[in-house]
Amino acid sequence: MHNPQLNQHGELQHLITTEGLPKAIINRILDTAESFVSIGNREVKKVPLMRGKSVFNLFFENSTRTRTTFEIASKRLSADVINLNIAASSTSKGETLLDTIDNLAAMHADMFVVRHAQSGVPYLIAKHLHDTNQHHVHVVNAGDGRHAHPTQGLLDMYTIRHYKKDFTQLRVAIVGDILHSRVARSDIHALTTLGVPEVRAIGPKTLLPGGLEQMGVRVFNNMDEGLKDVDVIITLRLQHERMSGALLPSAQEFFKSYGLTPERLALAKPDAIVMHPGPMNRGVEIDSAVADGPQAVILSQVTFGIAVRMAVMSILAGN
Amino acid sequence: MKLHIKNGHLIDPLNDIDSNLDLFIQGGKIVAVGSAPAGFVADKTIDATGLTVVPGLVDLCARLREPGYEYKATLESELRAAVRGGVTSLICPPDTDPVLDESGLIGMLKQRAKAQNLAHVYPLGALTLGLAGTQITEMAALTEAGCVGFSQAEHLIQDTNVLLRALQYAKTFGYTVWLRPQDPHIGVGGVAHSGALASRMGLSGVPVMAETIALHTIFELQRSTGARVHLCRISSAAGVELIRQAKREGLDVSCDVGVHHLHLSDTDIGFFDSNARLSPPLRSDRDRAALRMAVLDGTIDAICSDHTPVDDDEKSLPFAEASPGATGLELLLSLVLKWAHENHINPAIAIARITSDPARVAGLGTGTAGDLSVGSSADLCIFDSNAEWIVDGKTLTSQGKHTPFLKHALPAQVRHTVVAGHVVFSLTTP
Amino acid sequence: MNPLQQFDAEALYDELARQIKIAAPKLDNVALVGIYSGGAWLAERLVKDCQIKHSAGFIDVSFYRDDYAQKGMPAEVRPTHIPFNVDGATIILVDDVLYTGRTTRAAINELFDYGRPSQILLASLVDRGGRELPFAADFVAQSLNLPTNLSLQLTRETMSDHTVKLVLTLVEKDDTTPPTSN
Repeated sequence: MHNPQLNQHGELQHLITTEGLPKAIINRILDTAESFVSIGNREVKKVPLMRGKSVFNLFFENSTRTRTTFEIASKRLSADVINLNIAASSTSKGETLLDTIDNLAAMHADMFVVRHAQSGVPYLIAKHLHDTNQHHVHVVNAGDGRHAHPTQGLLDMYTIRHYKKDFTQLRVAIVGDILHSRVARSDIHALTTLGVPEVRAIGPKTLLPGGLEQMGVRVFNNMDEGLKDVDVIITLRLQHERMSGALLPSAQEFFKSYGLTPERLALAKPDAIVMHPGPMNRGVEIDSAVADGPQAVILSQVTFGIAVRMAVMSILAGN
Repeated sequence: MKLHIKNGHLIDPLNDIDSNLDLFIQGGKIVAVGSAPAGFVADKTIDATGLTVVPGLVDLCARLREPGYEYKATLESELRAAVRGGVTSLICPPDTDPVLDESGLIGMLKQRAKAQNLAHVYPLGALTLGLAGTQITEMAALTEAGCVGFSQAEHLIQDTNVLLRALQYAKTFGYTVWLRPQDPHIGVGGVAHSGALASRMGLSGVPVMAETIALHTIFELQRSTGARVHLCRISSAAGVELIRQAKREGLDVSCDVGVHHLHLSDTDIGFFDSNARLSPPLRSDRDRAALRMAVLDGTIDAICSDHTPVDDDEKSLPFAEASPGATGLELLLSLVLKWAHENHINPAIAIARITSDPARVAGLGTGTAGDLSVGSSADLCIFDSNAEWIVDGKTLTSQGKHTPFLKHALPAQVRHTVVAGHVVFSLTTP
Repeated sequence: MNPLQQFDAEALYDELARQIKIAAPKLDNVALVGIYSGGAWLAERLVKDCQIKHSAGFIDVSFYRDDYAQKGMPAEVRPTHIPFNVDGATIILVDDVLYTGRTTRAAINELFDYGRPSQILLASLVDRGGRELPFAADFVAQSLNLPTNLSLQLTRETMSDHTVKLVLTLVEKDDTTPPTSN
């Protein structure tokens, strides 16, 4: 099966998932992002790379944070940005998803940044663009259902590389609701591709999906055991909706067993870094003392996120 | 009309025939096998040299989408698709609009189908009114109107007590209840087989447990009521094992498998291909292997197409939102023979699973369908086992153009289909 | 790559350094910015040899090139590093080979996104002619006129005595020749 992310020359045509993304391409994105980080430190934060290009933010699922960072990234590349917030339902009522894509492509869209509540939507769009010979239009997945959030995965890798340098010596723990997390999946694929020898998933059985071992992950239900000697801790957001649906009794109980407190953090390596994709639920997945503490690199992730997205978009737009 | 099928390779599983024999048809029935009856002069001869002749296929599940879903497909298009695929008798489930829970609707459907003069249609009546799972239907009246059994289609009964009462009532009259074994709560909303693949893809899963728990429940109810149950679309290895034990125990149970599940597993979803969105979902390679073994050893009685025409709009959606189902009437024969060929299985066994066995399951009885005995209705299918055809929108007659086998080359092409002694389909361009 | 001729790059460097050393004391708030990678090597050495107060800046013009639409993003991009205030500085932009002038244009555009220099001068080891934009070097070690099928490549070699020497090679362009900054 040919990988729809790559074109026939093996170059990145769309960014849909970190799964199956060649290591060379991941490294190129991270290397290019490094240059964009320094741009953020100067007075004029723009470069003219995507001048005259139109980037359409198609958010079928609400997210001000992610949409904003993509908007900033696009504008720093001098692109024109159009934001479309479309109601979640894409069936029967109004225009179909693919009709929307066709209409926007007719308005000379060069890139779609898409977030949708259903897994697989970016593939549907990419296939449609391919079938209608619109090879100059690129898709960036800003999060599809539970499947993938590749730019988050890449910026997490950038952050780890920035603080830890060598992936091949690390133990990385991902904590929390991995069952519903596209960030976790994207992180896991990127970490294993980059050669991290031990990736751990920590959470209650109700929040861990089956098949994690096949993805190369060591599963822990006990937080204290799971955090021992890790170099990187990625804490995931616990969504309130999960409390209904008989997955968890309460946020308090989750914090008791799985909250990242200073005591638990001390079980990891002394120079371990703490990450979170945001937004944080203080007192649920992470204690304020840790979130505001010296080992947390959460705000750096946000800065790096803009640079990584600029790198992704400029590499795609040039292919 | 007197019809002579000359020099074909005859496979009639019920009568253990697997050799070159001529067939003679008169008055809509088979009058002789082998040598012509005295004084027989054919009005029409079909030269079946190099071709295989089998009883017309009996498909235990094909959705015709009438009444109510004519935008997806019509009786006319789907019955033409049926005979193009060599299917001469088919059972249709009651999930139409309105639901087939009223004898007038059954009568109308049978009449409309008969008027097409193509394949025979045997409807299943709804087990409960509106398929809502609360009140049982007038099963006697529906049977009188022509139903061969009662089903809930894909609608699961939430209240076990209702299912118990329905089985008791059916047992009173000796009716067969056709059930999809799936728990009404576990795996609800699931769109793929619960496992490593669904986890990786971020798709809601339907665990095997949903099937096995339902099977345990059904078998317990059967032990209590003695009702006859036909289990529809078995999907898992664990499910097959439970059925094997139930049969050994002597419970009055039969089951079928969808032909797509004999070939495909969850990896065939690929990059969220909605053509692979099926209900029940495609499961693991291990499950598929167990299903194949079970068809071979007879634990699974029949293979059906589970023909479900879905229009383009309903498939051009995110995987989880796409309507499940695939077109199957025209692929049933080819897919079954492909399975037999790839797994070195005697084609006669494969043919049995789509002719005499489903006829038995549906209670159609010898003579009505599924065999070529002298005196049986002359329903047969003549095909070229050496020909290949490509599945695409142009070659499919059904209005359902969606199948995971789109663009695939499949073996065996139907040349002629005969129903009640009339040639209802001939392939014009081979 | 098909080397046709090797120039004495070290001798050319010495000539360039001689010119800049004379001019630098007369320039107010002077700083050197080298264009990756050849210009960067030159700037690194010139800052020491010409006693320039400010540390050398290094500039990667990938984000300002005019051929992004045709060629896309270059395979290797390095971070631009300007360790002094561009506002009011007299910047000597340093490159290895001055050719069409497009790299110079990109570098100047990029510098202006850092601030407003009071003056920009251009220093190049070699001017090979073939200008497509109206730029001229203020400091040049050697002027030539080269046909379009030939390419000049500046590289660094570690000698047997562990010193690093600049090497300037003339090659015939083929498909494997990497795109030069020109």
